[in-house]
Amino acid sequence: MKVKKISHSASDNRFEAILLVALCTLGVIVAYPLIYVLSSSFSSPSAVMSGKVWLWPVEFGFEGYKAIFKNSQVLIGYRNSLFYMVVGTCINVALTMCAAYPLSRTDMPGQGPIMLLFTFTMIFSGGMIPTYLVVKNLHLLNTVWSMILPGAISVHNMIIARTFIHNSIPQEMLEATQIEGCSDAQYFVRMVLPLSGSVIAVITLYYAIGHWNAYFNAFMYLNDQNLYPLQIFLRDILISNKVDASMVVIDDGAAAKEGLAELLKYSLIVVAMLPVMIIYPFVQKHFVKGVMIGAVKG
Amino acid sequence: MNISKPYTNRKGLGKRILRARQLYLFLLLPLVYLIIFQYVPMFGLQIAFKEYSISKGIIGSPWIGFKYFEKFFKDYNFLRILVNTLRVSLYSLAVSFFIPIVLALSLNCLRNTKVKKTVQTITYIPHFVSTVVLVGMVNQMLNPIIGLYGNAVQAITGVRATDILGIPAAFPHLYVWTGIWQNMGWGSIIYMAALASSDQELHEAAQIDGASRFQRVIHVDIPTILPTAIIMLILDCGRVMNVGFEKVYLMQNSLNLSYSEVISTYVYKMAFGGNSNFSYSTAVGMFNSVVNFVLIMSVNQISKRVSDTSLW
Repeated sequence: MKVKKISHSASDNRFEAILLVALCTLGVIVAYPLIYVLSSSFSSPSAVMSGKVWLWPVEFGFEGYKAIFKNSQVLIGYRNSLFYMVVGTCINVALTMCAAYPLSRTDMPGQGPIMLLFTFTMIFSGGMIPTYLVVKNLHLLNTVWSMILPGAISVHNMIIARTFIHNSIPQEMLEATQIEGCSDAQYFVRMVLPLSGSVIAVITLYYAIGHWNAYFNAFMYLNDQNLYPLQIFLRDILISNKVDASMVVIDDGAAAKEGLAELLKYSLIVVAMLPVMIIYPFVQKHFVKGVMIGAVKG
Repeated sequence: MNISKPYTNRKGLGKRILRARQLYLFLLLPLVYLIIFQYVPMFGLQIAFKEYSISKGIIGSPWIGFKYFEKFFKDYNFLRILVNTLRVSLYSLAVSFFIPIVLALSLNCLRNTKVKKTVQTITYIPHFVSTVVLVGMVNQMLNPIIGLYGNAVQAITGVRATDILGIPAAFPHLYVWTGIWQNMGWGSIIYMAALASSDQELHEAAQIDGASRFQRVIHVDIPTILPTAIIMLILDCGRVMNVGFEKVYLMQNSLNLSYSEVISTYVYKMAFGGNSNFSYSTAVGMFNSVVNFVLIMSVNQISKRVSDTSLW
């Protein structure tokens, strides 16, 4: 039997054409600020100051970037952020998986109440000051641990991992290995972890980006400039306008100095987003998958 | 052996706990974390009812009851701060609830997959921009003299632009729409996932019945995502008093405080600002947490009665 192809009516085509135009416009609007920043960062100080940059770089150059790399604060911030990201994420993922596996075992006595202990923290918490007091009383203020320990487990991410383990690894597998005398620990290390590759990838990315973009913990708990992550320096330069005099080393006078200070801000934004933007295309599908698993949290 | 039922259960429980001991071992460190950094602070909430002094510590400080809660409610700032918080979050709720849905529905209608994927990728990117960078970009681009905004106004009208960033009433708009820019793509993912798993047969049936694409959106797509949308709405409503600290704090300046001072920033200033008073600050914060908690429980209950969907 010949299957008749359902033809698309003219009004449907018009509808889709309108949507196409609208969505393309949206894409341009959303992308424009990012393009503007990128283009400004590669322009000259005077072009940025006099507002000549609209879409493409004007008087292409790398002066903004050269000024950044001469700046020790940015380099310190980069180094610290990398450290917090790597060490922090390792701890995050380890703790999260260690919690997710037992909680996926519904046959474990107390699984319900313990799960409740975790999820309760999603709707109620001690708040800013009590948490600060805990960090202070543990003598963690102004140490690297204040950046890593508070928030070491994100219950949201833990639920994603738990849901994945519960739904993707069949009960039969556990029973089969138990018959062979496999212990829970061995099962976890030899079966669950290898099979959880994709969810581990997802939570690793979530945690890593979280660390890279993190500002609050440093803001609350750190005082020592040598420990500041990049975001704190970014805040000082971009928002508080505290442009370090040593950064802007130029002989041409005040106007040129101000131009370079402004140009520097654009270049700094690009540099701060660089790691994220580089990894992004490769990991986009993992992130999307993570949201989907999280949505079916059940 | 003759053992009565409850006794057997108890004995079985002990055995099961023993058998599961490795699982508990795995849970040990995570639970330690949870207790230290989540539950101990809840214990510390009691300083909201005490006259906390650092020397006396949490336990040693004397009780004063609801004194600081009363102080907060009678504070001449109270109403303004509450209104600012609600204004920003209800505005945000109203707009940012619908936009990801509309975006997902529109993207789903496209047959041109290239455009679809490109727009998706573009709208996902702002989600990964950090709060500091976002506010930095806003400050740079909206600068009335050297920013994109300033240059555009200068070019079009020849007159110097007014400083938007200094206008208090502009704050809610800036806060909400930059949030939309940042999260509309990310927020649409959930709906895209729901739509992707929608029933093809329903669509075909509708097409055979002569429904236009638009009609199919209304009658097939929207019902498909309705359960997801309700859950998201519950979550959003429950968080109505939960205006985050970071972004507001970074967007505040001395000029827009009358609109930009919200509960979370007030809590911060009361603890670390000029007249530091940890007890007072904790009381305000606790007020906020309790309201949030009651809200999300209520909204969930209401949703349970009205529809079949709820969080738990």
